[in-house]
Parts: sequence; C-alpha cells; structure tokens
Amino acid sequence: MDYSAIDPVLLLATLMISATPILLAAIGELVVEKAGVLNLGVEGMMITGAICGFAIAVESGNPFLGLIAAALAGAALSLIFAFLTQVLLSNQVATGLALTLFGLGLSSLIGKPYAGVKPPASPHLDIPLLSDIPVLGPIFFRHDLMVYVSLTLVAAVWFFLKYTRAGLILRAVGENHDAAHALGYKVVRIRFLAIMFGGACAGLGGAYLSLIRVPQWTEGMTAGAGWIALALVVFASWRPWRVLLGAYLFGGITVLQLNLQAAGLAIPVEYLSMSPYIVTILVLVYISARKGRGNLDAPASLGRTFHAAH
Amino acid sequence: MKRRTFLATAALALGIAGAGAALAEEKVKAGYIYVGPVGDFGWSYQHDQGRQAVEAEYGDKVETTFVESVPEGADAERVMTQMALGGADIIFATSFGYMDAVQKVAKKFPNVKFEHATGYKRADNVATYSARFYEGRAVIGTIAGRMTKTNKIGYIASFPIPEVIRGINSAYIHAKKVNPDVEFKIVWVYTWFDPAKEADAATALIEQGVDVIMQHTDSPAAMTIAEKKGIMAFGQASDMSKFGPNAQLTAIIDNWGPYYIERVGAVMDGTWESKDTWNGFREGMVKLAPYSSRIPPEVQAEADALKQAIIDGKYHPFTGPLNKQDGTPWLKEGEVADDGTLAGMNFYVEGIEGEIPQ
Repeated sequence: MDYSAIDPVLLLATLMISATPILLAAIGELVVEKAGVLNLGVEGMMITGAICGFAIAVESGNPFLGLIAAALAGAALSLIFAFLTQVLLSNQVATGLALTLFGLGLSSLIGKPYAGVKPPASPHLDIPLLSDIPVLGPIFFRHDLMVYVSLTLVAAVWFFLKYTRAGLILRAVGENHDAAHALGYKVVRIRFLAIMFGGACAGLGGAYLSLIRVPQWTEGMTAGAGWIALALVVFASWRPWRVLLGAYLFGGITVLQLNLQAAGLAIPVEYLSMSPYIVTILVLVYISARKGRGNLDAPASLGRTFHAAH
Repeated sequence: MKRRTFLATAALALGIAGAGAALAEEKVKAGYIYVGPVGDFGWSYQHDQGRQAVEAEYGDKVETTFVESVPEGADAERVMTQMALGGADIIFATSFGYMDAVQKVAKKFPNVKFEHATGYKRADNVATYSARFYEGRAVIGTIAGRMTKTNKIGYIASFPIPEVIRGINSAYIHAKKVNPDVEFKIVWVYTWFDPAKEADAATALIEQGVDVIMQHTDSPAAMTIAEKKGIMAFGQASDMSKFGPNAQLTAIIDNWGPYYIERVGAVMDGTWESKDTWNGFREGMVKLAPYSSRIPPEVQAEADALKQAIIDGKYHPFTGPLNKQDGTPWLKEGEVADDGTLAGMNFYVEGIEGEIPQ
C-alpha cells in the first residue's frame, strides 16, 4: 500500500485539533471524579458551552469572550448538578443523566436564532521562530490558543493532584469522604469547586467545537463527545497524562481513518471506527484483572453520597 | 431532549385521542420521526418543512406531531409504537435505517398507515417513497467536473446503502463526461449527523487536494469547512448557502411538502393505498438551489439543459454504455437502467477507485 499520499505532519496537526474537545472535557471530569463525584452530565455541559460560547462570540465579535462565556456556562450548569447531589443528596447517576438531557434541550432553545450564523474567526497562534522549525513547527507550534490551553491544563491538573496540598486534600475527599470530613475538610465545598471546574472544562470543550473545529452551531452537534470523554477518564484510570494519551489516540484514529479513506487506501473502515472503543474495553479488562489493585484504581468514594452526620 | 420530546408527544397524542373521540369529526393525525434534529439544516429540516406544509394546507383538519433525533433501531420501534397507540393515522418514518422497525410496528397496527422514506420493503399498510436525488447528482456532477481545478472531487458518504452509492455513481459519471481527468475521493463516515466528524472528513479531503466537496450527510459542517478553506461545495438536502455564501455552487433540495400533502389527503378521503413513489425533477420533489455566480454562464446553461432533458424524459442519468467497476458490462449503448437495479445498487461504475465497505 502507498501511504505516501498522507502527509504525517498535517495528520498530526489535525489529530491535535480533533482531540482537543474531548481532552478538555475529560480532564475536567477527571478532577470531578477524583473528588469522588460522578457527573454523567458532561455531554449536556459541553453542548451548553458550545452554544453559549457561540452566542457570546457572535454578539461580541470576540472569540475569547465566547470561550470565557462557555466556561462560565458550563460551570453554571454544573452548579445545578452540584446543588442537587451535594446539598439535596440526589442520586449522582440519575442527576447526571438528567443534566445531559437538560443541556441538550436548553442548548437547542438558546441556539434557535444562531443556526446559520457565522462566528468570528479565532486567530491562529503561530509561535514565532518555533513555528518555522521543519516538521515540529507545523505539528506543535501552529495551533489555536485552545490547543495549548488544553495541554497546559493537563500538566496543571497533574501537578495539582500530585504535588500540591490542595490536590492531596481533593484526592482524600474522593478516596474517603468520611475520613476527610473527620479531619475537618469541607467535603461539600471541595466537591462544589471540583464540579464547577469540570463544568467549565466541558463548556470550553464544547465551545472549541462550535467556534474552532467545525465552526458553526447545529443542534446536537457534540454528537456523543461527552460520553467519549467520560469513557476516557476510565480508560486513563484517573491519571492526567493517560487522559492526554487516550484523547490523542481517539482523535488520532478518527482522523487517520478519514485520511486513509481520502487517500484512497483500501482499509476496513468499520474496524478502524470501532477500534478506540475496543481498546477502551481491553484496557478496562486488563486493569480490572490485575490482582490487588482494588477497583480499577477508581477513587474509593466515587459516586457515593456524602452526608455529614454532625 | 429526545426523551422529553417523546414524552411530550406521547402525552399530546394521548390527550388528543381522548378529546378526539368526543368530537363528531376526527382530525387526521400524522406522526413524523426524524433521524436528526429538525435544526440540522439538512435532511431532517427538509422533512419538517414538509410536515409544516401539511399543517398549512389542511389547517384544523390535521394534527401533526414529530419526534426528532430518533436513532435507527429499537428506539425507532418504540417511538412509532407510541405514536400508533396515541392514535396516529399515518406515520412517516424518514430514514432508511427505520426499515425493519417500520415493518414490525406496521404488523402490529394494521389500521395505521406507514410511509417509509428511501426504503424498499412494503406491506398493505406500508408505502415507500423517495426522491430521485441521482438526477440532482447528475447536474452537480456536471458542474463539479467543469469547476474543479485540481481534478479531484471529494465525496463525504454516510453509509454504504444503495441510495448513497447511486448518488456517487451518478455524480461521477457526469463529472467524468465533461472532464475525463476527474478523480473522486470518497470518505465513509458511518453517520448521518455528526458535525465534528463531517468537518474532519472535509478537512481530510482538502488535505488530499480536492477543491470541490459533495456530501451525503445531513449537517452543513462540510460546507462551513469549505467556506473557511476557500474551496467549493454543494449543499445537501437543503439550501446551505448561508453556511457557505462563497463556497456553495448550488444545492440539491429535497422538497417533500407536495408528497406529504397528497398522502395525508389520501388518508382523509380514504383513498390511501400502499405504493412506491419515486419522484424527481419533473414532479418537483428534487430541486436545485440558485446557482452561484462563480459558475460561468455556459456551465449554468449546460447544467440547465441537462436538467431539462431529464425533466422531458429525453435523458436518463444512467444511460449506457456503462461498465461496473470491475469492468464487466452493465448497460449497453443507449440502454437505460431499470428502477429495480437502481433501487438495489451495490456497485461502483467503472473508473471510481476504492471499494464499497461491506
């Protein structure tokens, strides 16, 4: 087979763009889950972010304001979830699903006047000098701002969880909320903050879709990206760098199979399309089959309702 | 949203069923299920335009409901069952993949009429209907062949079903006819509606050097990318010019309104019967959006002449000599493909590279 028709440099560059929405959403959800909360509303927060970011960008003419609005909208929506699950102690799975349904409906309502509207262009951030390096330049240094933001976020989350005291506390809350509570940590407040961070990241991921990757507003445009982000967190066994790897793997295979087809190479499309999901299942099987490592490395309090007795 | 829309629809339909029984003259209830959101500005949007045309035509005598974003499969069966239980007289299932679900539900409700778009399985209470989109594809293929500079035309295909394959063949035959150097690059995305994936496919095609994009998916994402990258594209199902004011050359428009009005009318006066409808340019089920000023006048004239010849019945887009992809003869000189072969088309014509995924 002749693979020369595909330019690996362009491929890697598109891969990063394609992976960024799910990477942003997944890194946010990772923090939420590390705090012991399972928020299945990622899809709803993403699409709400997508339309709010789009609307604000169109109204203000400024894509950056749009991205900020998207993060705020995602966080605002997640507050509903936080209030219901942390204060009213509702079931997290059901509330998360409801949040997704709510977000999808809300976004089509807000989005009615914005179908067919063109968003302001987001400037590319070509880093001077570095972007001129052959091969590496186009791959790493010629992206829009959000690609770098997403990478920085991964590094920041990793550092935060591993090396900071606040990160340690957040993990403690996620592992054993009763013990953390006994030590005097404000479990509910910490979880509120984590959930809002997750919402903001999901909102950003959605806005990346509507403002940069596609860029347009169509109802239901996230088309399941939020669920992939949720799967990624498990795939990554709650480790930030593995989230990055997973997201680029997902994005990479998607882009690669489209490019292989466009280049006219005979490949079994169906298998490539399903391969990211198969890999996820295999990883899950492998992780859960390992002895003595507990339940998939999941935070021990994940999804459990916390109610302080005193 | 799907679930909420569904519940609302079910509640509404049940409520109407109760209220309707009290009235001497019952309204005819028409239900529609869509594979995408009505706001997709493509396939489902056009079907909903058709539904609105029915309401506008019959006013108080008709009650229409719709459920959008219904996945092909078990969900479709559930939604149609609910519609039938809710007292629908006629149900329009507007995607190919609803085929088996329609058959199952239709067996359970022999008094409800079903209309299945783009399918081929009929029953006493199941009619099928489709548009001869390939006639439109012939015209846009001609325009594409004339307009391409790189001689590479990109085609974003959804699923390997006859409907889609027929479109590819028709576009290819006519592009090749006016431009022997033309080459088609086909990408199968395995979805009807996923703007991100459609956009990625368009990007991949552009990286491969195509300068004209055709699509057989439902969202205007590819049009947006074409506009952004400064290449040309054709709208699909609906006029997508607001997504690509410079990029769109023209668009194939699905015009379902007249058919829906006719069929709902037939239910009203009791003349409805199961049949297969396959209309094209002549009946106005397929239309073209206004040409872009980028298309030179002589090419516009050529496209119009082709369209007129199809309308007059003087020309059929699948006229021999044509060979199948492997070189085996299909149609002899002057021979015209029959509807049966077209309806089940599962092969590329000679010259197209690549394989149809199985």
